[in-house]
Parts: sequence; structure tokens; C-alpha cells
Amino acid sequence: MIHTHNLTFGYPHHALLFQDFNWQVQRGETWTILGSSGCGKTSLLYLLAGLRAPANGGIEIDGEALLRPRPRTGLILQDYGLLPWATVRQNAELGLQVRDFYGPDGKHTPKNFQAENKVPYWLERLGLSAVADKFPSQLSGGQRQRTAIARTLALQPDLLLMDEPFSSLDAVTREDLQNLTLSLCMEQNLTLVMVTHAIEEAAALGQKILLLDTAPNQQAHIFDNPQACQPNYRNSQSYHDLCQTLWREMRHE
Amino acid sequence: MKRRDLLFSALGLLIAWQAVALLVHRPILPGPWEVIVVFFKELDNGLLIHFGVSLWRATAGMALSVLVAAPAGLAIGGSSRLNRIFSPIIYLLYPIPKVVFVPVVFLFLGIGDVAKIAIIFLILFFQILVLVRDQAAGLPPQLLQSLHSLGAGRRALFRFVYLPASLPAILTALRQSIGTAVAVLYITELFATKYGLGYYIYYNGSTLFDYPAMYAGVVAMSLLGLGMYFFVDWLERWLCPWKYVT
Repeated sequence: MIHTHNLTFGYPHHALLFQDFNWQVQRGETWTILGSSGCGKTSLLYLLAGLRAPANGGIEIDGEALLRPRPRTGLILQDYGLLPWATVRQNAELGLQVRDFYGPDGKHTPKNFQAENKVPYWLERLGLSAVADKFPSQLSGGQRQRTAIARTLALQPDLLLMDEPFSSLDAVTREDLQNLTLSLCMEQNLTLVMVTHAIEEAAALGQKILLLDTAPNQQAHIFDNPQACQPNYRNSQSYHDLCQTLWREMRHE
Repeated sequence: MKRRDLLFSALGLLIAWQAVALLVHRPILPGPWEVIVVFFKELDNGLLIHFGVSLWRATAGMALSVLVAAPAGLAIGGSSRLNRIFSPIIYLLYPIPKVVFVPVVFLFLGIGDVAKIAIIFLILFFQILVLVRDQAAGLPPQLLQSLHSLGAGRRALFRFVYLPASLPAILTALRQSIGTAVAVLYITELFATKYGLGYYIYYNGSTLFDYPAMYAGVVAMSLLGLGMYFFVDWLERWLCPWKYVT
């Protein structure tokens, strides 16, 4: 589904983050991108979202070159990106409003987009109906992130990009939302690419883990983790072993 | 702020006024009761018309400045290129006290209502421009990125982010400038007019030496500023309910 070929990217006046970087993601896979600060993991996510352009090489999603944000890609950020002046319901409807604003032009909105308001369904499904008329400042961190998820899912995406979405949540809420994300990905057949700096999160959610190293990243360093997403995987020995391996890899031991 | 607290504060100020009036004990400072009685008597005697004229000038100046400065602030704050071009100019012009342009505006626009409205516009314009520009330029990049990812281009960003984000800035600028605007209105109404509260206050105080009537004018001008302040407060509660939730 995603194919980066000879991707080269860096910020002006800084060293390159990616150089001739090749990487592939298949439809329906759940990926986590792990790495220490400054290794380029968020930049890679923004490149996949079409919010940054590579200096060289390119990215293809579904066989099409990515030149701008793609209507069927959903992006969820750490600080939720909610409008403070809009209620939960209005925030969840925002993507649909933007599509309505442009109409099905094929650039901002898919040409075959059926304007079906699934917001009430997602608010109900994500347990937000009771707070639908509240503003983001009145919500808990978990509820805010659920709102951001509802907003993204209302647009019927096929690819979900998440940038450390649960890092500011408490442990219980974090695990709840991690499990919810996995079950939604399986149910909706979504491809997931999630950036995280937490080894445990990377191991629990990623059927495949991309470990980024010191920039510039030239080769995709991938760990297969087929048991991720299975119930009670977090309590298994193989999960703990993988965490240890990732820990050692990150410390170059 | 509770209404009860406001009422008690108003009562306290009236008592202080009465106390000072008793201490001074001269015609140039009548007590509040005497002024209130004259105020209501004068309403029928032309004060209401003077109030209406001043209200029209202040409201027209405010509305004009919002209509021009808010879009300009949005455009400059939303575009780093425009911000680079215009910010040095704004930086130089913003601190200049616009009151000094009163004679210049009269020279160019004559002595009618247009000049008076233009002066209020001039004062409010920069306040609103700067606050709206800063608000638009200071929007968190994550907010804009997530809107981009939802498919929003420049036009949708203005409609769904910049415009609603600038509302509180416009209202804050108005609230901060109302006092100055009414003060400048007073000054402009001293020149070549027979209508407006500025004229009424000056005429009663300096020509007729009718001090209670002069104070009735002062009360009317205070009510004008206070009423506009309350109105902006109400607008903010109505348009920005998210700022008042707990």
C-alpha cells in the first residue's frame, strides 16, 4: 500500500534524516515506528501524510505518487489537533464540513465520496455521545483523543497515521485506547502506521516495527511481530523478549 | 463577576461622590442625586439626541475598523510573506498616538461626521489589526497540520480556523479600545459641531455654567462607554461560549 523509493529528506541547514530510504507497507498491516528523539520518525509520518515533500525519491500510496495530503489518509497527532471553539460533535464533523466546503473535486475530497454522516455512529461507538456538546477544554485527555479518532474515522479512511497519540495519557487510558485502535483497524481493515518512542507500545501494537536509527536513515530496520494484536500478548514471554531486543538495539548493545 | 458585586461597587462609588461633593461644597461639584434628577430632565431636553449622535459616531467607527482591520489582520497573520512585508510598517505606526492626527483628519475630511468616525477608526484599526494578526500567526502548527490532513486548503483554513480563532482577538481589541475611542470622541466633538455628548458637556460647562447639566452629560458619556463595554462582553459570551466553560 505504501512504497517509499529512494526517499531523501532533510530540513534546510540540517543533516539529512533519510537518504535513499526504501520501505514498503502492505494493506491491513499495523506498523509502529520506533526511535529516539530527532531520528526522523515524526518527519516520516508527515511525509506519508503529504504534509512534507521529499527532496528526492518519492512515496507511492495505493500505486499513486503522493504529492499532497491524500483524502483517504487519516492523521492523528499527540495533542489531538481539536478546535478549542468547537464542541465534540462539531470537531468530529469538521472533516465532513471541509469536504462539503470543496465538494467532490478529487483534490481535497475523493471524487466518489458519498456524504454519509457517520459522526453520530462514531460518537456513540467511542463513548462520546454524553459529551457531544462539550468543548475540548471540558474533556479528559482520553476523551479528546477519542474525538480526534471519531473525526478521522468519520471520513472513512483506509490508512491511519498516528504520531505518539497516547503519550500524554495515563497508563490505563493509554492501554484502553491502544486496544480500541487495534480492534478498529481490524474491523475497518485499516492500515496503521504509528510513531512512538515507547518500546512497550511499539511491541504491543506493531505487527511490524520499523526501528529508526541515527540520521540519515538509509536502510529500513524491521522487526516482525506477528503476534501483536492478539489477546494477552502483553503478558507473553515473546512480548517481553521483543521489548528486550528493541531496548538493546536502541542502545546499540 | 457577579451582578451583585457590580451593584455594590456602583453604590460605593455614588457614596464616595456624595462624600466628596459634601466636602468640596461648591457648585462645580453637585452631588449624585441632583445630577441624576437633572439627567432625566435633560433627556427630554436634547440630551437623548446628543447621546444618539455620539453613539452613532462611536458605533460606526468601531464597525468600520472591525470590517477593515480584521480581514487585514487575518491575511497578514495567515501568510508569512505578507507578515514579513507589513510587520515593519505596523511596528513603526502602531506606537504613534493617533490622537495627534485629529487636526490632520479634520483638514482632509472636513468637520462633519466622516472626520469624527475616521478618527475613531484610526485608533481602533491598529489595535484590532495587531491583535488579530498575532492571534492568526500564533495558531499552533499542529492545529493547522491536522486540518491540512483533513483535506483543508487555504480557503478552508480561513473559514474553519483563522476566522473563528480571530473572533476573541477582535472582541479583546474592542474592549481594550472602547475607553480610548470614547475619550477621543469627546475631543472630536469639541470642534465645529452642535451635536454629540462632547459638545453638550463643553457647552453646559464652559458657556452656560450649568454644572448639574454638564455632569448629566458626563454621566451620559460614561453610560455610553459602559454600555459599549457591556455589549462587547455580551457578544463575547454569545460568540465564544467555549471561553467561559469550566
